[in-house]
Amino acid sequence: MTHTDWPLWEVFVRSRRGLSHTHAGSLHAPDAELALRNARDLYTRRGEGVSIWVVPSSSITASSPDEKDPFFEPAADKPYRHPTFYEIPEGVQHL
Amino acid sequence: MATAAARETAGSQAYDVPDGAGDTTDTTGYERAFDAAVAADERIEPRDWMPDAYRATLVRQIAQHAHSEIIGMQPEANWITRAPSLRRKAILMAKVQDEAGHGLYLYSAAETLGVSRDELLDKLHSGRQKYSSIFNYPTLTWADVGAIGWLVDGAAITNQVPLCRCSYGPYARAMVRICKEESFHQRQGYELLLALSRGTPEQHAMAQDAVDRWWWPSLMMFGPPDDESQHSAQSMAWKIKRHSNDELRQRFVDICVPQAASLGLTLPDPDLKWNEERGHYDFGPIDWTEFWDVLKGNGPCNEQRLTRRRQAHEEGAWVREAAAAHAAKHSNGETGATRA
Repeated sequence: MTHTDWPLWEVFVRSRRGLSHTHAGSLHAPDAELALRNARDLYTRRGEGVSIWVVPSSSITASSPDEKDPFFEPAADKPYRHPTFYEIPEGVQHL
Repeated sequence: MATAAARETAGSQAYDVPDGAGDTTDTTGYERAFDAAVAADERIEPRDWMPDAYRATLVRQIAQHAHSEIIGMQPEANWITRAPSLRRKAILMAKVQDEAGHGLYLYSAAETLGVSRDELLDKLHSGRQKYSSIFNYPTLTWADVGAIGWLVDGAAITNQVPLCRCSYGPYARAMVRICKEESFHQRQGYELLLALSRGTPEQHAMAQDAVDRWWWPSLMMFGPPDDESQHSAQSMAWKIKRHSNDELRQRFVDICVPQAASLGLTLPDPDLKWNEERGHYDFGPIDWTEFWDVLKGNGPCNEQRLTRRRQAHEEGAWVREAAAAHAAKHSNGETGATRA
């Protein structure tokens, strides 16, 4: 039995104009053109999209789950970045 | 503290498994994080550490599920050329295409656990991985297409809705998509049976015969009784499974009884009756010897289904090779879509 090892592609679908492309899933295809066609058949059989991106999975660089704590730590101790950090007197409007 | 948000990864592929996964070297910290995530009802994502047995259980279950979708195309495709109207034919083709799609969502989910597509197909073709034994029964009449939609897809939905909350993220997401699409499958089957049931006496008899043949195999789809199910307890602890086999089977029976009445058809079980005390329908004993026999490969169509699957794969080889050759020839050009 022949093994062709088509590369894996990640599929992103824009469900309607005005929204971002969102990750829908993945599929195998020999090249970008067929990846797009396969993505249409696989992820938009019921009109779920108006635009599709396909990206070779091997092109994605992801943050490591092992290092997530130190990696995201800089955001953890800066509550002053949130509007709720500030105390505003009762009755002040439009703020 | 470990949080759910930090577990999300960009892609669905298992790019690599952390070194030491499964080793005895300091897995305790990882294991504690895994147990805590499961206990807190968070999702496990592809690149997270997970116990080897959890990974193996998921590969086995998701692969078996994917194989079932792909093999499940055959009994229904058997009737595409003989559908009684263009409307029914278009519906049936769309349904069979959906089954192929469901198989692909699930193979992708399995691949996030570090197995390859080719490996999974090889295991199906060589009989080393199973598929649902329901597809080893033949579709003898047009009414079987209706009975499969109503009962087989109905049982599948009952099984699959809780899987949308499965602890493994990619599997749960595939199930959300599948469940949305299954609803059409079940309703078209019910409508088909209703048309036959309200038709001529011959058509009514054909619908009744199909329901008589598919009822018990559908109940077997939930798997062996709880006390004989070898994987159930661990899968429940890992929140892969949320309800026991018997619990889901009972839920399905309770749903079907009034639906059968609305169809004007009966279910082939003399022991079927409402139990006021339990608040459920009682039903008769299931013939588990038949279940195990079909699972072992002795069902009416086991040989035919696998032979057809291997044949389809072999006959498609030249298409895969040609596409790969074409891609190789043009690989100097751009890859990826233009930003739109």
